[in-house]
Formats: sequence, structure tokens, C-alpha cells
Amino acid sequence: MPKNKQIKKVLVIGSGPIIIGQAAEFDYAGTQACVELKKEGLEVVLVNSNPATIMTDKNMADKIYIEPLTVKTVKKIIEKENPDSILPNLGGQTGLNIAMELAESGYLDEKKVKLLGTSPEGIKNAEDRQAFKDMMESINEPCIASKVVTDLQSGLNFAREIGLPVIIRPAYTLGGTGGGIAYTEAQFNEICESGLRLSRVHQVLVEKCISGWKEVEYEVIRDSKGNCITVCNMENIDPVGVHTGDSIVVAPSQTLSDKEYQMLRSSAIKIISALKIEGGCNIQFALNPNSFEYAVIEVNPRVSRSSALASKATGYPIAKVAAKIAIGYTLDEIKNAVTGKTYACFEPVLDYVVVKIPKWPFSKFLTADRDLGTQMKATGEVMAIAPTLEAGLMKAIRSLEENIDSLILPKLNLYSKEEIREELKKVNNERIWVIAENLRRGMTIEQIHEITKIDKFFISKINNLINIEKELQSSKLDVNLIKKAKKYGYTDKVIANLTKARVEEIKKIREENNIIANFKMVDTCAAEFEAKTPYYYSSYDDDNEADRKTDKKKVVVLGSGPIRIGQGIEFDYCSVHAVWALKRKGFETIIINNNPETVSTDFDIADKLYFEPLTPEDVENIINVEKPYGAIVQFGGQTAIKLTRALKDMGVKILGTSEENMDRAEDRELFDQVLNNCNITRPQGGTVYTVTEAKEIANKLGYPVLVRPSYVLGGQGMAIAYDDLDIEKLIQEINKIAQEHPILVDKYIMGKEIEVDAICDGEDVLIPGIMELLERTGVHSGDSISVYPTQNVNKESADKIVEYTKLLAKELNVIGMMNIQFILQNNEVYIIEVNPRSSRTVPYISKVTNLPVIDIATRVIFGEKLKDMEYGTGVYKRSEYVAIKMPVFSFEKIKNADTSLGPEMKSTGEVLGVAKNFTDAIVKAFIASGVSIPKQGNILITVRDKDKEEVLPLARKLYNRGFKIYATKGTSIFLRDNGIETHVLEKIWEGAESIPNLVEAGKINFIINTPTKGKESSRDGFKIRRLAVECKIPCFTSLDTANALYEAIEDTKSEEEIEVVDITEI
Amino acid sequence: MKKGYLVLENGEIFEGNRIGSERDTVCEVVFNTSMTGYLEIFTDPSYAGQGVALTYPLIGNYGIITNDVESRKMWIKAIFIHELAELESNFRAETNLNDYLKDNDIPGLMNVNTRKLTKLLRDSGTMRGKLVSDISNLQNIIKEIKEYTFPNVVGEVSNKHIREFGEGKNKIALIDFGCKENIIRSLVNRNCTVTVFPQDISAETILEGNFNGIVLSNGPGDPEDCKIAIDNIKKLYKSDIPIMGICLGHQLMALATGATTAKLKYGHRGPNHPVKELKTGKICITSQNHGYYVKEDSINKDIAEVSYVNVNDGTIEGLNYKGKNIFTVQFHPEACPGPQDCAYLFDEFLAKL
Repeated sequence: MPKNKQIKKVLVIGSGPIIIGQAAEFDYAGTQACVELKKEGLEVVLVNSNPATIMTDKNMADKIYIEPLTVKTVKKIIEKENPDSILPNLGGQTGLNIAMELAESGYLDEKKVKLLGTSPEGIKNAEDRQAFKDMMESINEPCIASKVVTDLQSGLNFAREIGLPVIIRPAYTLGGTGGGIAYTEAQFNEICESGLRLSRVHQVLVEKCISGWKEVEYEVIRDSKGNCITVCNMENIDPVGVHTGDSIVVAPSQTLSDKEYQMLRSSAIKIISALKIEGGCNIQFALNPNSFEYAVIEVNPRVSRSSALASKATGYPIAKVAAKIAIGYTLDEIKNAVTGKTYACFEPVLDYVVVKIPKWPFSKFLTADRDLGTQMKATGEVMAIAPTLEAGLMKAIRSLEENIDSLILPKLNLYSKEEIREELKKVNNERIWVIAENLRRGMTIEQIHEITKIDKFFISKINNLINIEKELQSSKLDVNLIKKAKKYGYTDKVIANLTKARVEEIKKIREENNIIANFKMVDTCAAEFEAKTPYYYSSYDDDNEADRKTDKKKVVVLGSGPIRIGQGIEFDYCSVHAVWALKRKGFETIIINNNPETVSTDFDIADKLYFEPLTPEDVENIINVEKPYGAIVQFGGQTAIKLTRALKDMGVKILGTSEENMDRAEDRELFDQVLNNCNITRPQGGTVYTVTEAKEIANKLGYPVLVRPSYVLGGQGMAIAYDDLDIEKLIQEINKIAQEHPILVDKYIMGKEIEVDAICDGEDVLIPGIMELLERTGVHSGDSISVYPTQNVNKESADKIVEYTKLLAKELNVIGMMNIQFILQNNEVYIIEVNPRSSRTVPYISKVTNLPVIDIATRVIFGEKLKDMEYGTGVYKRSEYVAIKMPVFSFEKIKNADTSLGPEMKSTGEVLGVAKNFTDAIVKAFIASGVSIPKQGNILITVRDKDKEEVLPLARKLYNRGFKIYATKGTSIFLRDNGIETHVLEKIWEGAESIPNLVEAGKINFIINTPTKGKESSRDGFKIRRLAVECKIPCFTSLDTANALYEAIEDTKSEEEIEVVDITEI
Repeated sequence: MKKGYLVLENGEIFEGNRIGSERDTVCEVVFNTSMTGYLEIFTDPSYAGQGVALTYPLIGNYGIITNDVESRKMWIKAIFIHELAELESNFRAETNLNDYLKDNDIPGLMNVNTRKLTKLLRDSGTMRGKLVSDISNLQNIIKEIKEYTFPNVVGEVSNKHIREFGEGKNKIALIDFGCKENIIRSLVNRNCTVTVFPQDISAETILEGNFNGIVLSNGPGDPEDCKIAIDNIKKLYKSDIPIMGICLGHQLMALATGATTAKLKYGHRGPNHPVKELKTGKICITSQNHGYYVKEDSINKDIAEVSYVNVNDGTIEGLNYKGKNIFTVQFHPEACPGPQDCAYLFDEFLAKL
């Protein structure tokens, strides 16, 4: 069936901010969909609250709304734009839930808007636990013994009936929020209760636990004519019990014979046909390792994280095909973009192995529970492609950027044999290293399998790597051994360490014996057809396929690796835009990245895509083949910046700001000189190595001081110290993670933080805008609410900021992007840091100022001058709109993570509120970030002593508006003394009026809690904050955020009354 | 590990390490893109005379499961793989691939750059080659390769005895040109009694046997070599007994009714070939293994009409015979290895009886 001619204007719903369980994969899917729809001549209206996405770019859709993803707001957009249809299945669970609510309420029928793709009934049959079970029963597909319950008691009764352990899965939540395995009745009560609370429909599934079974997924596509294909199957190395998003996954399955493979494939096709899915769908199976018994775990009737992985693993563009199916095409009418010869109606075959490893945020949350279960905790993932599973695993490990480049995790050396065996029972993020260590110490494959239930095949692969490790340690340097080690993924550095040789020696032996990396193509068809896709991975087999000739100059753009806290989707936005800008300038573009979720790793973006780890050796292999004119590092975040020196050593020209100047911005002493030259002040401080030195400096500067390790990302390990005791604790913490680099101790200056992104061509500077952060210094800028244009900065200060920016740009000879953070205190401007690279605010500032920032920066890098462009120099004209970027956290996913804001970044994503005035913008931003704005109700205030004075005005305003104020004893006394009536909570944890009782009963609208020092999880404040997270009520740990909320509370307009803004019209 | 080489008729050499039998062997080299089902491929009689390169790089992962074999022995002459699993893991695994190759005296080569080999076969077409341990006398090796033919390969693979399977109500005569056992299993599971005849069985024997239906099986080699079978099928065509043809059976029926066949450049061998049913426009993902095809312009439109075509290259994938209860398909509805999506064809066939 060709395109449905009745479809003319489509509303695409995005997935909102990056949170755990819903990351960049939906930007990739949404971007592909928008591009396809526009190619088909349709008018595309897009709504997504996430400004860091590529899909919200001006050229992606005709109308773009960066607005809260709520039913109310989407209705407003529908009423304004009158689309004839909605594409709901590419915006993750968020997009799907909104579309379903609109459909089920009859609103879409009323407005004559068609839901494209799968029907609402089909979606309901897949998503609703009971409906799904009934449907599976009707087609004879086995499910796990389970029952949907809506109250605790019937859940418990059923759990007793089928026997513990059981798994609890809340309905309609993403990433399995609130689910878990209960081994005891006490655990059951706890998990079931929170699951019921978190479910949109107050429904959980209680299910027989089948941990130890294999977990296998199929990605299936079906069109309106009923044609079905499976794109790929994937096998989790971790057996059932660990969320697939937290599992190490390989594609294709490795331990299934054709009989099991086809049995599950046939089942998958039967299920997608019964659900009448039109588009992509993900089906998860549990397979008994000792029989043909299997059970369907779950079906996602939409494009998912797994489909992004499957797309990148096979080269089959699932989202693109799903979008075409949604507008009427059938699989046999859609060309296979990879071969250009075959059609989308075929099944990819792989001639390589794909390994995915999740990227977890545990180094950010020292108190967090690292155990893995049914609740996903990873923020991102890496993928590796290789001809052997071992090499795939090794590549994936080093792509994680955890400073680990093999199966050796140094800290495990210290464990005794008993301890390391005991460790094997834990299911956490270090499991493969623990397995490796046990193999190293003589445990057998069989024994490890008995404990972990991981298939022996996978353990044997780890064992192969351990054997090579041992050979390297014990034998002489030998060409054949090096050859073998390379084939199985060892880097020169690891080989050198194990053989006690120098890296250069290994490299020399390799080069003399022609042991070099060659690149193979990902072509969807295992070479059966000639393919045109320029999509490559390295191997140590002969025959290099990446030698396509070109007359163009080649430029390498380094990507930013996995999504993590501190380095998110923003940098993918920058990399992709740099590639586009380079293409426009006539270069051949080459992108290197390893994140399967992103737009940058779509083979359609750059002229060539290398799916490789971002380490010096891996990058050098590509450089050797490509011999590029130069490389751009300033768009790929810290990942790319870290490679600058290595690239220079390879003889690659660093395009843009030079390596020397980057160093001058990063190195403390050199930077002090830079500031001296410019006559700019910064908070005083120094570098130390020991506690004694730190105390000495701190006392000289006077407390409080800011303590941080050098060479880290996103403020990792950074904190404010108020006394000697704090210093001792902090330095201890820091030394746990990084021991070799100096620690920086600076005077903490409390003031307003200002952020500036600028483009410099060596002569002139263009500042798209000055941003003001609402939270004072001490809260990481990534966790602060950022306002553009500034609301509370006077002209004098603004001028000084601009002047400093120009001075620094010139002094550092910045060519391209730079980002500067300032402190404003009593009209004095101090500098915090200068990053001679693109930053996380670039996408947002580009969108609200309508300046193509990355494009301009890229052109500048290649010698164009700002004064010759049409954008002018200095500060770009102030927007008539106010845009507020608000951070979004995923605390509910990470048990025991402390939620208090500080110098270390904790947010996973961001939303934007855009409006004509500040108040409307802040209302939108809060709503978009999931904070509801109460107009009346109850508030709990509990703050540390030194904040009491400061909380008073806010408390008074809230009180005067009629809010009832609950407070803990100390806070209460203080507020009462100042004339504010409070309801005092005598005992925090006991009695009818305990905080848990009040919060759980929904009696508290939000909490203001400022943290006392220290990181112990036993403190009351910590527990109150966790309680707030579990109960989904806002808890503000910075008074500035609470004050911002008050501004929103004061706004007289409701969500329905605030105008939606099409940013293409800004 | 002992070194070995695959020498191709164009002089190209692929190096690897020897596995399985230590014999040297000449063969026609083809590639298969299946990611699972190596055992089914190795025991599929259609591969008789051929050495198979598997494009999937990890082979032997789930070991050897004798329940999954597709005939009484391994018919391939050699295997060429990228990597052999050191440890097989599956609840049904009985032994490992290397031992199985040795037991069956089949040689193989591992650590072969199978992707490079596949690209070569794709671009130059199927070639003959020899697996050797010593390449010092390359001229002789190439001479031997160029002399290699495998005539009457069907006669070799077809079982010499008449065999009977199942106790169902439908009596089916199956002519074994190199039959995969899952064809028999598919019929037996559908309430059939299947009598399997050798390839040179006379048409009369079958016509006199009171069968409700006839199945012409798959098999190896050039269909034009099967002169006796073609003559017999001409007689079967004239009867009113419903006939289903699979793969070689499909080609032989076409030849028996006046059409001609030709060799594909490098064949269709894999689990992912989309075919379109012209009547409904529906697509099916099929398992395929054939080197020859029926030429479309040779078909007499009064005798047969095309029922299925290959979506990738447009070649004929199925024929319906006009005025007859006869249909044939080029692909493998019995799967093994590969998708089971077309198993409904057995039901369609039985519905015609």
C-alpha cells in the first residue's frame, strides 16, 4: 500500500528529558522519523520538552514546540495546529502514554485526529498487564505465572500461592520504575507498596520469579498488510532478573541452536501479528536453559532502547522504517538504505558480534546501591562491534571510559580468595570483573556458572581472555602471541603492561609484522550484496574495506561516547551539527563514536562512521587508514578533549583552538598566568596532595572552601568544606577515586553564577547570550536552573562579563567555541573556569537565539571571520522570549543516592520553558520537569541552622498565601519566634505525625530541606530526601530553587492559559 | 595448530588452521549467511559436492545435537569458518563440532577471513577450490581444481531404499533427490504416511501405489543432470495426483514441463530471503539454498504461472501449474535452518488431496 494521501500534517511527540530508562535513543528515533516524514512532503509539528535534542532543531520539523509533555499542553498544541494525525510510537513511553490518554478520553476522535501506526487497542493489549496476559493466553503463548493486583493484600495472597521469590512490575512505568524481586514477605510488602504508588493506573503485576533463565529479545517490524520481519535477536549475558537495560547484551544470540532461535522468532511473529502492531516492536523472552520451555516477559509496542541498539547492531534503520509504515507504506515498498538494492522487507544477518555494556552512574553516587535488578539504573550504554566476542567485550569495556581497559579491576587484587568468591554472589556493575578475577584464581567455568547462572559459553569467552592474559604475563614477547592478543581485543597498552614491555615496543613489533587493524563494513547482509554504507568496525583480519577514494579533504569529528551524568546528549547535538557544517563546507566527514543511542552513530549523518572506542589506540587505527586533514575535538565533550594530545602526537592537525591553549585553560598554574595577563580575578586557592596541606591552605583562605580533584568531569568528587573535619572527609573520598592528580582547594565565594558560551575567530567574539543561574555558586551549573536572557544582572556587570570573555578568548587564542563560568558578587566579577570547547548549554542557547552556533563555530574553525557573517560580533541581540533550562534528575531509579544539590552534578537531563515573560517560562519549566505547582497546601521545612535566617522570607510568603507549614523542631522554633505559625513535628520518624506518614498520605506538597554536611546516609536529612523521592514529591535542597518555585506559585495563569510557543517563529 | 589453505580456481589463497579430518579435498565453494543452524546445513544433502563458508564468525557455540541432523550423514565436502567455539554450551549438546567433523571424516579450516571469501564469491561467482595443507605445488592443485566436476550427485545422496514414515491418513509419495528430513517430519506431523522413494524410482511404481499426493524433494547439483527423474516427472504431471515440489523438485517439474534452468552467479544460501506471493502481495521470509533457478522467459504461460518471486533479485520462487493440482517452490518451507514462516505450504498441499 503506498502512502496514505489523507495524511498531511503530523504531530510527533518526543520523549522529554533524558532520564534513566529513556535516553538519547528517542532523539535518534524521533530525528529519523521527522526526516522521513518531511521527505514525504508532510507538514511536521513537533513537541518535546528537551532542548538538547536534534529533533527540536529548526530544520527537523515545520513547527517546533519545546513545551511540557503533558496532556494539557499537547491538547493546546493540537488545537492551535490542527494536525490530522499523531505519530505516537517513536517518543518512548512518555510519548505513547500521552497519545493513549488523548485517544482513550475520546479527545482524538472529537478533534478528528488519527493515531498513526498501531491502534490504541493494540497498544493497550501490549501495555496493560491483564489485557496482555489474556491475549497471550488466547494465542497459546506462554506467560509467566502472574496476576495483576491493585492492592497489597491480594498481591501477598497470590505471592503465597505461587511461592516466593516473586517479581513485582508496576504497570505503565518506564525502565521498570518501582519494580523488584521479593525473596521475603517483608520485601514483598515494601516493593509492592511503592510499585502501586508509582503506577499511573495503580496496578502491579506479581509474577513467578524465573531468575536463571536466559533472557532473549527480538526486534520485530510489521506493516499494515501483515508482513513481519525480525530485525535482530539479542541475548543477555546476565540471566533473567537483571533489567535488560542493565544487562550486558550480545547480538545475535550465541547459545541458541536454530531450533530455539526459530521457536522464539515464530512466537515473536505470532505475537506482533496478534497485537496488530504497525511499526516496530520489542519482545522479551525468558528461555529455560534446560529445555524448550519459554515465556514471554514483555512486549514494547513501540520503538525502544533495544530497537536503537538493534538498528546500530545491524544497520537496519528501524525508526525510519516504522515512520514509513505509519504513513501507509508496506515493507516491500521501502528500500534498504544500506544496500540500495534490497528492500526493507528482509532480515539482516550479521557477520560479526555486537556487545553492549551499560554505563552506570555509581561513581557519581557513592552512597547508592550498586546492585542490579529489575529497576534499570544505567544512564547510557556503549556498543562494540568485532569479529570475536572477546574483542567485542574488550572494546566495549574501554568505550565505557572508566579508566579500565581490560578485565583487570585493580581493587579486586586486594580481596582474599574467600572474599572474591563471596563477591560472585552479588549481581552488580562489577560482575564481569569479579568473574574474571575468580577465573584468574582458579575457579572453574562450571563453578562460576553454578553461582551466577551465566551461560558457560560466555564464561568460557571470559576465560579465553584470562588465558591470553596469563600467556602474556608468562611468555616472552612473541609475534604470534601478540597477533592472538590483538585478535581478541587487547590494546598495546594492556599487552605492554602484562608483558612488562613498553607500548612503543609492542607497536613496533606489530608494525614490522603487519599486525594492523583493518576495517570491515556493517552491511546488513553479511557481504551477500554489495553495500554502500560507510559504516565500519575494526578487526585484525586482513582486507581493509574502508579505503574508499575521495578527492575531498577529510575531517574527523570525535563523538562523546556514552550518555552519563555531566556529559549527555548535548554533545551529540554538537557533534552532529559540526558534521553537517563540515559537509556544507565540502569536507569528507568522519565520525568516531560508540554510543548506539545517538543520532551521530546513524550511518546517514557523516560520510563515514567508525563504531569504535574513543581511546588513543583505537583512534590511531582509524587515523592510519584515513589520513585526515585534521580533527575537531571541541564538540565531543571531555571524551574528545582528552584525546587532543594523543591526536597531536599522531601528527593530526587539531582544528580550532590549539592543544597548547586548551592546556592553558585546563592546567591550574598556566591558567593563573592567563588570568594575570588579562588582569582578571578568580577565587584564591592552591593545589595540594595531602590533608595537612589542604587544611593549611583552607585556613589561610578562610572557610568555606571548595575542594575538588583535578581532571574530572561534571564536578565529580567536588564539595564545599566548612571546617577541618570536612576537609579530612572530603580528601579521603577523593583519594578513593583519583590518587595521582593534585587536589584543588579554592576560596568559596557565594554569589550569582553566570554562564557564557562564545564563538571566537581569533579576532572577534560572538556571544549568543549571557545566562544567569538561579542557584548560587556551590550548585553545579548543570544542576542549576539557567535563565536566558539574564534577569538580575546590571549593565555594568554584563559589560564586564563581555569584556572578560573577549579578553580570555584573545589571550587563549580560542578558535571556535568556548564556555566560561563567572561568579557575580557585589558587582565584582570572578571567574570560575574557562572551557575552550562546546558546552551543554549550546543546544539550548542556539534554539532560543535562533543562532546556528555550531555551524558558525565550525566555519570559524576553517578561517571564516565573524565580521564577514551576518550575525555580527559582541553580544547577540537579546531575545524577546525568556527561556529557562531546568535540570531533571533520576533519583527514584537509584536507591540510596543522595539528592541534595552541590558542586557535583547529579541531573541526567533537562527541559526548557519558553515564554514571553519570566514567570510563565518558569511555570512551564517546572511543569515540564515534573514538578507540580501547588496553589495551596502543606509544606515541610527543615533547614540547617545557617539557612534559617534565609528561609524566613520564603516561609513568610508561603504562610501569607495560606500554606500550612510543617517544620522540624529547630526550624519550627525559629519560624515561630519570627511570627510564622508552624505545625511542629516533635518526632521525625515516630507516631501518627511522623514525616513518613505525612508524606506517604500525600499530605505534603513539597519539602524544603537544606543538607547538613557529610555524606552519611544515616542522617535524618538524607532519609527525608529519599522519602520524598520514593513518594514522588519535590524536595528542594537549595533555597534558590524553592524561591524560583514560589515565583511559579505566584503566577496567576494556569497551564492551560499560558501560550504555547512555536520556536521556529522566534 | 596445523596450517591449512583454501586454494581457489582463480589462484586466490585463503589461509587458516585445519580442523576436523586431515584429508585434503576438492569442492565447489559456496557461502551461507545463516547465523544459526550449522548442523542442519552440514547435513543437508543439497550441499553434496560443495564446501561451505559460513559468514557468521562464531561456529560451534551450541555443539552437536544429533536430533537436529537433516539426513543420515554430512554431505558437505569441507567447511570454512572464522572461529570454532572452544566450549559448546546447550542443554542438548552431545559433542563438539571438531570431534564431529573428525568422526565424519570431513575436513575444515578455521581462522579464515570468511567475509573476504564471501565478497570474492559474490563478485566473481561461485568457484571451485581445494582445501590443502601444503601449497608448494600450486599448479597441480589448480589443475586438479579445474578438473573437478560432480556428476550424478543426486544419485549419490538419494537413499537407495524405499522407506516409510508415520501412520497418518494421507498417503504421500516423496521422491528423495537429497531430501531434508524435516520435509518428512513436516508431513508426518500433519497426519501423513510418507513413503520415501529413491530418485530413480519409476513413475509407474508411484502411480500404482495409491498415493494421495506426491512430494518432489530438494537436492543438490544441476537439475539438467537428472534425466531419469525429469522423464518420470513428465509422467507424474499427466496424472491427477496433487504434487508439491521443493527446491530441486521445483526445478525438475519446470524442466519436465518444458521450461529451462540456469545457474545463479553465487546462489541464494541463507535464512533471510524475502519472497512475495503474487496473489496476495504478502511477503514471507524464507530459508534458501540453491545455485540454479528457473528462467522466467522459458515458462509456457499456458502451463504454469509464477506464484512467488524473490524480492531482492526478482527470480522465480514458485510456480502454480494451470489445470493441475501442482505447485512448486524454490525456497524451503521445511526451514531447518531458518524461518518457519512458510510451513503453511504443507497445509495448503494437504488441503489439495
